[in-house]
Amino acid sequence: MTTITWSRVIPRTQWRTTLVALAIALFLATFLLVPVAKVIFVAFQDPNSGAFTLINFKDFFTTSLFQESFWNSFYVASISVIVATIIALPLAYFTTRFNFGGAILIQTLGIVPLIMPPFVGAVAMLLLFGENGSFNLLMDEWFGFTIPLMDGLNGVIFVQSIHYFPFILINLSASLNNIDRSMEEAALSLGASGMRLFRRIVFPLSMPGYVAGASLVFLKVFDDLGTPLLLNVNNMLAPQAYLRISSIGISDPMGYVISVILVVFSLFTMWISFLALRKKDYATVQKGGGGLMKRDLKFWEKLGCYSIVLLILAVVLSPHLGLALLSFGTIWSYSVLPDGYTFDHYIEIFNSAGPFISNTLLYAGLAGLIDVILGIAIAYVVLRTGIRGRKWLDQLAMASLAVPGVVLGIGYLRSFHQTELPFTDTSLASFWLIIVIALSIRRLPYALRACVAALQQVSESLEEAAENLGASKWHSVRRIVIPLMTGGILAGFITSFATAAVELSATIMLVSAEADAPLAYGIYVFMQSAAGRGPGAALGMFAVVIVALGTYFSHRIIERTRHEYVTQTEGDFK
Amino acid sequence: MRFHSTYSRSLLGVALAIGLTLPSLSLLAAEGTLTIVTSFPSDLTKVFKAAFEKKNPDVKLEILKKKTTAGIKYIQETASNNKNDLFWASAPDAFEVLKDDGLLQKYSSSVEGIPDNVGAFPINDPEGFYKGFAAAGYGIMWNTRYTKAKRIPIPKEWDDLRKAVYHGHVGMSAPSRSGTTHLTVETILQGEGWDKGWQLMKEISGNFKTVTERSFGVPDGVNSGNFGIGIVIDFFGLSSKGSGFPVEFRYPTVTTLVPANIAIVKDAPNASAAGEFIDFLLSPEGQELLLDPKIRRLPVNPSTYAKAPDGFPNPFKDSSIGAAVKFDLARSKNRYNLVNALFDVMITYRLDDLRAATKAIQDAEAALAGKSNPEASSMIAEARQLIAAVPIDETKSLDKDFTAIFKKKRKKATDKVTGRQAEVEQEWDDFVVKNYARAKQIAEAAMAKL
Repeated sequence: MTTITWSRVIPRTQWRTTLVALAIALFLATFLLVPVAKVIFVAFQDPNSGAFTLINFKDFFTTSLFQESFWNSFYVASISVIVATIIALPLAYFTTRFNFGGAILIQTLGIVPLIMPPFVGAVAMLLLFGENGSFNLLMDEWFGFTIPLMDGLNGVIFVQSIHYFPFILINLSASLNNIDRSMEEAALSLGASGMRLFRRIVFPLSMPGYVAGASLVFLKVFDDLGTPLLLNVNNMLAPQAYLRISSIGISDPMGYVISVILVVFSLFTMWISFLALRKKDYATVQKGGGGLMKRDLKFWEKLGCYSIVLLILAVVLSPHLGLALLSFGTIWSYSVLPDGYTFDHYIEIFNSAGPFISNTLLYAGLAGLIDVILGIAIAYVVLRTGIRGRKWLDQLAMASLAVPGVVLGIGYLRSFHQTELPFTDTSLASFWLIIVIALSIRRLPYALRACVAALQQVSESLEEAAENLGASKWHSVRRIVIPLMTGGILAGFITSFATAAVELSATIMLVSAEADAPLAYGIYVFMQSAAGRGPGAALGMFAVVIVALGTYFSHRIIERTRHEYVTQTEGDFK
Repeated sequence: MRFHSTYSRSLLGVALAIGLTLPSLSLLAAEGTLTIVTSFPSDLTKVFKAAFEKKNPDVKLEILKKKTTAGIKYIQETASNNKNDLFWASAPDAFEVLKDDGLLQKYSSSVEGIPDNVGAFPINDPEGFYKGFAAAGYGIMWNTRYTKAKRIPIPKEWDDLRKAVYHGHVGMSAPSRSGTTHLTVETILQGEGWDKGWQLMKEISGNFKTVTERSFGVPDGVNSGNFGIGIVIDFFGLSSKGSGFPVEFRYPTVTTLVPANIAIVKDAPNASAAGEFIDFLLSPEGQELLLDPKIRRLPVNPSTYAKAPDGFPNPFKDSSIGAAVKFDLARSKNRYNLVNALFDVMITYRLDDLRAATKAIQDAEAALAGKSNPEASSMIAEARQLIAAVPIDETKSLDKDFTAIFKKKRKKATDKVTGRQAEVEQEWDDFVVKNYARAKQIAEAAMAKL
């Protein structure tokens, strides 16, 4: 490339951000693009001759099982978004708009469903809602019939909705908190209230957060394989890919073809959600703190709100109640409750849990940190610069959502196993930091969507003002943009951290020494034997409690920041 | 604002602090470490780890737990820079895959007293690459609370599981997911013959509640009472019972005993200690550990059974266990992936259709019972035939050119294979879906006549 074209590609004033963008691109290429390409090139290979071909894709589109799987996945993902919205909307709205006791607690409990430890979570769900689970045993005893909550596609929708609605809750709450309250104040004084206020003012202004959350739910459900596998539903795309990739000793190219289709479809969905927000300006100059304070509710309203919130929480937290029962129960088999209760399982894991917990905190914490840093940087590059191909950066990062964990894991072994670390004889692939990187790549989309939504709500005029007053770009980002994005950044950190803490599919390929293993791996090890169910559940409880505490303190910090900010700005105005 | 930057700094601080307090964990791989990649649960591995380390204080075991499929991939992908000493898992076919890739090394153990065969199956790899250390056979486990509450009889043979009374109560893993399940299916196919074997398999599958994704999903489901009857490998049943679950286990007559194995990985960094560990497994001391109530696997040393609890199955005494079928390993190996693909297409992916057709037939049969209606009974027989039909015959299943479609690994660039797996599977799928729909229709028509 000549110098002339270079200056066209990179506007002269943006060389610093361009450097950042290139660094991120390099990171994503090394740890996402290349490893995945090393695995899924099979999709483009003639299985017989090894030559390049698109015949496998033709096979995909002519196979009725795959067509059916595609529509099943699409149907489940769409309905799950609707159900998840119904669950998340009241929680988000009540806790951000009214003076509501326990708002932080509700927000914290609202994220717990995201933390479903592998295997034990599944067992707990089946013991509660399965055909012969507690719920149906009681239904049968009282009313003489049962409800197939966990059967087929409806079962998948049920579990996915209560599992992933926190994506909407977190992002929508962050967005709602960011809206300039004077907008609502103006609407109120012009006579709008109740549903009309919500429909015409609040909800439209919070669209960036809602779309971020809803698109994550859609993509995640579309690409998820944990839940379909737990319910043994095979006729969906992600499980089809997984089942074909991980069978013993064969490499059916169709598994990789499906992976490619998943990635392409995910990008398409991202593009649609981008179109939905285009040409609209969601930025408000003043941030949530100013203007109207939270409203008080009348007694009856309060009672109504609380009953809705409690009902929702009861449903979405029941799997964790099941998990707790499993961890304290002795034998739980074909009965409403366990036969007896004991501390034995906790005692059994007491000695082994320490390293698992510290590893999990370290890995998920670092992964969350890497994710928000990358998330902020990518969001800024995409929304605030004119660098060519910046959208690709966003899409590349989002593509990891559709890459099955096992593919990423195999790709890492293939790409980094022969790279020796300096001064040791260990390979890069067996160094614990590689697990952190795998986790951060897998969870980057969550943080990224949250950061993009947050930045969309920050008005560019604030930066311009700062720069007019002599602040450098870097200075204005650090002192203006990032502080205004705090809510979104923390939302991103929490989702990345919480979900990384229970990730297993990539981790299991990469753990090379038990001392390096995180909690999810420990649970897996226990859940391979009949006697390990209780201890596995106890470890799962640790994961849930750790992440819940992390979330709770993050929320406390958001609230404190906002409080300081409010008093500070109010002071400024006086 | 001020607060935010303090916060992010403290977050970074916390992360760094955790990072620094943890010693560089991966440097623990010191001398005398024996790295074992295994699919066995910690209930089994920790017993052997403790006993072996006590006996050999200078050797430390590093147990790497991977499910069998992940374990194979892990060893394949890390072969260029191998740090693993042993591969320790159940299914012999997993070892066959590694052996074919040249990733195992031979070892001959000095331990004596282990016979050549258990049931009809050779205990050790004839070529000497892997050793059997325990035996296991497939059978039926059931949840006693479940069978009592639903008032269903206890099944004794595979044949029993075809009966209408078990509709929606049975669970099994897919052979493509679990090497040991594969051996059960292959055993039935060899024991009953290709056509009859598939017919039996599909009639049982018509009663399935579910096909689980992992082999442990079956005992898990029976233990929870999610379904009542599971087709499982013996130690899953025996150890579930040993852990206190209200379950029972029995072997049907047609079963095969399969050894669980161990092998030294090629270029093992600590091959001598690896050999010692194999010898320990096979020694009377190591064999006795298999009787632990949470492990419960069948020892390969016949003398160990003297110490077994009452009622513990002994394949060396009780010749009915696993001796009925003469297992043809070469035949099994040749069509390995084909049988898996066929099972998935006919059963796993079309379970709903199969179940619906089976239910229609069972309803019609119940209505027919005690009546004489030749027309209806011939229609029911026709419907049964449609369900039983298999898209390919046994000769084709053993045709090397055809099975090559399912083995994607080309040895040489000149190896010519025609046809693609996806293409073949689509043909089969068409065949199966049409037959199931037709069977359902005919059975419903027969029902209308009764």
